[in-house]
Amino acid sequence: MVPLGTDDMRFDLRVISSRIEPGTRVLDLGCGNGDLLAWLEANKQVSGTGIEQDKEKAAHCIGRGLSVLQGDMNEEVDDYPDKSFDYVILSQTLQQVYEPARLLYSLARIGKRFIVSFPNFSHYSIRLQLLLKGAAPKSDELPYNWYDSPNIRVITLKDFRKFSHDVGYRIVEEIAIITDYKSNEGRVINRLTNWRATYGIFIIEKQTTP
Amino acid sequence: MNNTVNQSGSAGLVEKKYFTFAEPPDELALENGARLGPVTVAYETWGQLSASRDNAVLVTHAFSGDSHAAGYYPGEPPEAKPGWWDSMIGPGKGLDTDKYFVICANILGGCMGSTGPSSINPATGKPYGLSFPMMTVGDMIEVQKKLLDHLGIASLHSVIGGSVGGMQVLEWCVRYPAMVRSAIPIATTMRHSALAIAFNEVARQAIMADPCWNHGDYYDSEPPDLGLAIARMIGHVTYLSDEAMRRKFGRRLQNKDNFSYGFEVDFQVESYLRYQGSKFVKRFDANSLLYITKASDYYDLVERSNRPYSLQTISGAKVKFLVISYSSDWLYPTYQAKELVQALKRAGQNVSFCEIEADCGHDAFLLPDERLGKLVGGFLDGTPRN
Repeated sequence: MVPLGTDDMRFDLRVISSRIEPGTRVLDLGCGNGDLLAWLEANKQVSGTGIEQDKEKAAHCIGRGLSVLQGDMNEEVDDYPDKSFDYVILSQTLQQVYEPARLLYSLARIGKRFIVSFPNFSHYSIRLQLLLKGAAPKSDELPYNWYDSPNIRVITLKDFRKFSHDVGYRIVEEIAIITDYKSNEGRVINRLTNWRATYGIFIIEKQTTP
Repeated sequence: MNNTVNQSGSAGLVEKKYFTFAEPPDELALENGARLGPVTVAYETWGQLSASRDNAVLVTHAFSGDSHAAGYYPGEPPEAKPGWWDSMIGPGKGLDTDKYFVICANILGGCMGSTGPSSINPATGKPYGLSFPMMTVGDMIEVQKKLLDHLGIASLHSVIGGSVGGMQVLEWCVRYPAMVRSAIPIATTMRHSALAIAFNEVARQAIMADPCWNHGDYYDSEPPDLGLAIARMIGHVTYLSDEAMRRKFGRRLQNKDNFSYGFEVDFQVESYLRYQGSKFVKRFDANSLLYITKASDYYDLVERSNRPYSLQTISGAKVKFLVISYSSDWLYPTYQAKELVQALKRAGQNVSFCEIEADCGHDAFLLPDERLGKLVGGFLDGTPRN
């Protein structure tokens, strides 16, 4: 396996990988070509597992030595015993999930912590499009029309914060980032995040009942 | 990445070897309580065993396979066909013989050199026939284990096989989990469905209904070729798929433009099945088919759950699994592979799974396909050798 430089990864994945403790068990949902898992295995000695729907991508991952299951993440997560992983990662997929609550409950069950990243729908450019044009917004992060978009869920940082609070999850860390869709570059921001962030990353822990 | 399958070459010449053990009175105790001995196992090897003996890969063959998985026998005519998995075994191939020491042994109950119903029973001096004890998939593994002991191999980098060979892979993992670093069950199942048993039963009945079968005692007379050929025809239907048969034969006629309006061969598919049937009787023993199909019908890893030799009792072991299924396999469909994956996940095992898109049915795992070689080669490279 050729170790990847972090520069080869999407910025949100770089942020996520920096939060993973070495030597942990990691499940990456929708792992694509396995870049994040390969990087984590090479640099943080994690024991990684991926789930990928696309057969060719899954085969590619297995062919590069990663443990990957080809299948539907919504079903695959059901089979793992409680707390099978230290981290479960769901990057840029939550907005495409039909039953997000059900999936998130599963993540909280099988992982000690889970990390989600998603495009922030309350970014000012999106707000302005709806306000001024009166049309369903499109952006570099969400470039589809209403009728062909795989992104069926509209999520903002504030929404996710509220969801976590309502179901009793503890937000270990919330990271707002601005990314450049043309490159893998980006930066972390701390002010006016719900307005300015293109993506939000949440690290979540299920609260243990006192 | 080092998973290239370029510059792949032939495994070259290979010789069939034999190992005999369990001489009376130290016969092999079988799962059903019977004792069998002596037991001979025919095997072939490719590549070199490393100095630290850590690069052995065991290939387990399907029901009608044999030890000749790759390469050619010395002195074979140039038009001879190579071994049955030649596309997978050789320098630079999925099972890279430049890296791995590959072993394949004919299964117990077979008829290609290992002890089976056509072997001579030392007690009578005549072939066993139906006096051969009913062996199980577990017994096949015990015989392979004895062979590995004989070869001085204490750990396997991987055990890989398709169909009934896949059941052997699973059985290896539950019997000797500490010996196996990785396992690749392909186009297989934890237990036969009623559909699979049904086809096996029709195949067995075809043989047993042939008067020449004579209750398994035919080694001095005309063998039940007709019954065995029909059994093979049924088998071939289950190995293909609706799509593959449509593409391969459709309703095309064989060497004619009009129907014969009789019972000779009209359709190409009829001709194909008859050809496969008649070819098979030249190399296979009818009693072996009875025994092996029955052993595979009896196999049930689900029923054993949480008992000795089950997927649940190997929890501590570190076996890396790669489960592979084929989209058009209706003998061991993908849902059965997924049940296996589910059981492995619940048992806390490290498992990878991929369904390969192919329209060739169950047979797909035997056909040259670069995707399988890449998957397996990369998976083996990613399995630590310790």
